[in-house]
Amino acid sequence: MRDHIQKDQEFQLPVSRSFIAASLFVALMLNWLPWQGVWLVVRPDFVALVLLYWCTHKPYHVGISIAWAVGILADVADASLFGQHALAYSVLAFSGIVLHRRVLMFNLRQQTLQIFPLLLLAYAIYAAVHWQLRGNISWEYFIGSVVSTLLWAPLTLLLQTLRRPRAASDQL
Amino acid sequence: MEQNQPLRFFNRGPSPAARLAFFALLSLLLLFVDVRYRYLESIRSGLSVLVYPLQRLVTAPGNLWHEVDAFFVSHNSLIRDNAELRHLNTLDVAQLLQLEVLKAENQHLRDLLMVQQRADYPMQLAEIIYVERDIFNRKILLDKGTQANVLAGQIVMDDSGIVGQVTRVYPWMSEVTLITDKDHAVPVQVLRNGLRAVVFGSGDTGELALRYIPISSDIQNGDVLVTSGIDGTYPHGLPVAKVIHVERDPAYPFARILCAPIAGVDKRRQLLILSVLLKIPPRPEVAVETATDKPKSGRRGSR
Repeated sequence: MRDHIQKDQEFQLPVSRSFIAASLFVALMLNWLPWQGVWLVVRPDFVALVLLYWCTHKPYHVGISIAWAVGILADVADASLFGQHALAYSVLAFSGIVLHRRVLMFNLRQQTLQIFPLLLLAYAIYAAVHWQLRGNISWEYFIGSVVSTLLWAPLTLLLQTLRRPRAASDQL
Repeated sequence: MEQNQPLRFFNRGPSPAARLAFFALLSLLLLFVDVRYRYLESIRSGLSVLVYPLQRLVTAPGNLWHEVDAFFVSHNSLIRDNAELRHLNTLDVAQLLQLEVLKAENQHLRDLLMVQQRADYPMQLAEIIYVERDIFNRKILLDKGTQANVLAGQIVMDDSGIVGQVTRVYPWMSEVTLITDKDHAVPVQVLRNGLRAVVFGSGDTGELALRYIPISSDIQNGDVLVTSGIDGTYPHGLPVAKVIHVERDPAYPFARILCAPIAGVDKRRQLLILSVLLKIPPRPEVAVETATDKPKSGRRGSR
């Protein structure tokens, strides 16, 4: 598994800014799907995951400023307070950038465990802001962080696959 | 020591920690300003213009599904619905005739008593384009905004009762806080005996709480709560909730009363916006002592 991933990384295409933008855009779209009821409770935060992916894999391309801007957009769409998502995503991006070497040392399964505290921190910040300002907190919100963590490995594989150079058609 | 320092061949700007500090402060500042003041509403509505088409795009597949679904409704169910509606219509017409008579009579009596005429509320139909994606908030977004003269503070209801209140208006959207939202309160009256109370959201769909009701008060299971119209936000006499559970524990001063909203707070796609804000004269300034020993007057109602 481990050398499989590392072998993959040797063959990664240089990442283009438009690809990063597109992935963040798709993640925002996924977050904006009309989730309801139980699905809302287990909804993973795709934006946080994609941000974390880019912050760990390309820390010089995606930084805290981009995370913050995406957070502001999420705030507007969610009708949450201005800066609530932005704060959580900034901290998430920061932790991803600071720990990117450490996270990438591990294989995917171990990465999942490394990622969990980071996502939990982002979720906790969002919930803490809400709790401070609104005075209530709902614990099922944190289920989302667990679901997001479980999606880390599939998402990483997906984005790695998309970044891999395609074989020319005559070689197939 | 110097060996440990990474060589800076490329200028990458301020360190991540500095950036984090900057953006975290900016976020906190925005949060503070957003909570305390309302300066950011214009920025928010500006950005929402940008976000709105994307939101519509995302909900499009769902809407398409609904439309396709509606298109393939079976013949039988249409006939059945039609017969049912016809039946209902006949009944309603009969009642409407009585209503006209009653209205005229009421008008006459009010004229006699020289009481101010109670207004009919013009309504407009709006469709839900978005339900809340934040499980902390019970909010929905409707497809009418300032373009359709929707104002913050207007009441949203469906055909059976009150759903919520418009709390924020964008150019093509309005945000409705549902009565089940935790921060939301509605001044109500028990239909059976006129007891005044305030019903609070519990943050849970399908549940409201009637707080600060003494255990000795006369409330039973199945009591219907209607708006009392006291604070001027909600018009008088619209159904809100039904009492489903009353628990009187003598250890506590207040009874624990749970209600279920009458309107399908989370079931409808089309809702009505009552287009008139009630105008009541401002509350006269009262000395603090007299204000505090009034027990509860529905004044704490939704703001």
